[in-house]
Amino acid sequence: MKKLELGAVSAIALVTAGMATAEPKAEVLHWWTSGSEAKSVAVLQKEFAENGGTWTDMPVAGGGGDAAMSALRARVLSGNAPTAVQLKGPAIQEWYEEGVLADISSVAEAEGWGDVLPASIAGHMKCEGSWCAAPVNVHRVDWIWANADVLEANGITMPTTWDEFNAAAAKLQAAGVIPLAHGGQAWQDATVFEAVALGILGAEGFRKAFVELDEATLTSDAMVAVFDQMRTMRGFVDPNFPGRDWNLATAMVMNGEAAFQIMGDWAKGEFLAAGAKPGEDFLCASVPGDGFLYNVDSFAMFDVDGEDNQAGQELLAKLIVGESFQTVFNLNKGSIPARVDVALDDFDSCAHLGAKDMAASADNGSLLPSYAHGMALRGAQAGAITDVVTAHFNSDMSSADAVQQLAAAIANSL
Amino acid sequence: MTKWLEHHLPKLVLAPSFIAVLIFVYGFIAWTAWVSLTRSRLLPKYDIHGFIQYDRLFASLRWDVAMNNLFLFGTLFIVISMVLGLILAILLDQNIRTEGAIRTIYLYPMALSMIVTGTAWKWILNPGLGIEATVRGWGFENFKFDWLVNPDMAIYTIVIAAIWQSSGFVMALFLAGLRSVDTEIIRAAQVDGIPTWRVYTAIIIPSMAPIFLSAFIVLSHLAIKSFDLVIALTGGGPGFASDLPATYMYAMAFSRGDIGQAASSAMIMMAVVFTIVVPYLYSELRVKND
Repeated sequence: MKKLELGAVSAIALVTAGMATAEPKAEVLHWWTSGSEAKSVAVLQKEFAENGGTWTDMPVAGGGGDAAMSALRARVLSGNAPTAVQLKGPAIQEWYEEGVLADISSVAEAEGWGDVLPASIAGHMKCEGSWCAAPVNVHRVDWIWANADVLEANGITMPTTWDEFNAAAAKLQAAGVIPLAHGGQAWQDATVFEAVALGILGAEGFRKAFVELDEATLTSDAMVAVFDQMRTMRGFVDPNFPGRDWNLATAMVMNGEAAFQIMGDWAKGEFLAAGAKPGEDFLCASVPGDGFLYNVDSFAMFDVDGEDNQAGQELLAKLIVGESFQTVFNLNKGSIPARVDVALDDFDSCAHLGAKDMAASADNGSLLPSYAHGMALRGAQAGAITDVVTAHFNSDMSSADAVQQLAAAIANSL
Repeated sequence: MTKWLEHHLPKLVLAPSFIAVLIFVYGFIAWTAWVSLTRSRLLPKYDIHGFIQYDRLFASLRWDVAMNNLFLFGTLFIVISMVLGLILAILLDQNIRTEGAIRTIYLYPMALSMIVTGTAWKWILNPGLGIEATVRGWGFENFKFDWLVNPDMAIYTIVIAAIWQSSGFVMALFLAGLRSVDTEIIRAAQVDGIPTWRVYTAIIIPSMAPIFLSAFIVLSHLAIKSFDLVIALTGGGPGFASDLPATYMYAMAFSRGDIGQAASSAMIMMAVVFTIVVPYLYSELRVKND
């Protein structure tokens, strides 16, 4: 009897303790598992713990997030979604349509996210008007990187038009330097393609083609010109490019084997890690043309049961968009903060240029989502475009044929 | 009780695996067939929309390339592996002294995973690192062997690596077949003064027909399910020039959130397997009934 009483008392004690505090708990699914990325996540983990939360880490490596998405699908289908998941762009809306995302508007409004995030980026974080995801960073995709010594030795400045780029590349080729370091993987072909498209179609044309999938723009003469420029670029890469990883292409620029690389700002991390200095050893500029293509990492919040889980979710959302995390995380990752009011004192000159361009392009409406990195379109449509781009780049397909196939492939993917 | 147990024990023992096969093989085939008729994207949905996914599949250029590659790869891989395996087996069958060692050497590639084979051949065939660079280093400046980075030839590099991996295994099959041929007949033929090559073409090889069939079935299913080799060797590239149906299905299901499309491609792959396996099963069962 005595024993039973004791048991009952301690059970009550346990229950009340659980109710009273509702200690924040979060299970976070992400695929930031490599060096600098893992370090960046650890920052968030530490901050979460300092605020009294219990973090359950669920890193799923492999396949650029494909493996993590498979894990997520299995978790959601079994009715046991993680608290927060690294998701981005239209994928957030796709999951919302499956009816599994949570509403975190209360946190977002209390923290004033609407005022500190650029409107087009905030748009990705909202599901039918309510906030459902928290942005972590902004990667700029349309960067062109160059080896400063190689350019100087050949008397070349950073190109500001594609014609200038072609002229510079021809000159470099004659001098025995590989003009463009490139890795022949579908996503890298797509990265170069969208940079070219932004330059030739302009911001409005880019939006029409790759956000609205406007058929007239997709089959226009300007689009033929984009493929023509891709064909020209194909002549500027070395014959051994297929299958090369992007960081090996970056290394070619670093050691002077190649002059330029068109790649997102994660390439900067490679330069910095090798001890190169921006502005001295390597140069950064936006690719010819006006606009800013962003690739924003974010965490989508899934519908979870239990007060502790919901408390964890709110705390996590608050910390992610908080100033200190946005600064520390992006210093580690090489990107720039998603919120525009963060002091950039500790950031390098390329990040300053990126932040300045982001603010300017947000004002004139040329702040655009990257299609190649899954920000502008859903997987099936983006994939259909990439299929055509990479098939054109890796064969002798004519630009007119490519444009026709582009329209057909998009129609087929809808 | 013991009588009952004696009577039912075999069924009881087999029941779990029978149920498992029923659910995990045939159940999931049926599930995939169902999903292939829906508009499923990110998650499976169950409202039937007819054959829309198959229409999309056959309109897709990439699927076209993948199917063509499968036929090209399958034919070359099966034919060359069998011919090479047979020649190796016949040569090994000449009562040579080091047969054990040589047999192990030829069989050894089979022990490697396709990922290892693919990665090794990726380096060997890379123009900047492998054969081309080596031969150029010897002074043949114009030597060219760029199949790996040439969209028209990339699929043949997969054929090369797959043959390297499997022909030793085919050799072992054929060697067992050669050893099982009745030596009395061969000796009788030799007494009659029939040349050795005639002995092979007229007596030994025809009597190995069942072995050919088994080798064909094993190789053809290896060809159809080829996935890891492509991923490791070319990644489906350049572009999607060396895609196979299995890599197409993976891309649709796991990278693009297009489950309906993946399901329909899986059904077509199964149909290809059936067109090969069903005649085989049919002939096997008919023989047993005689």
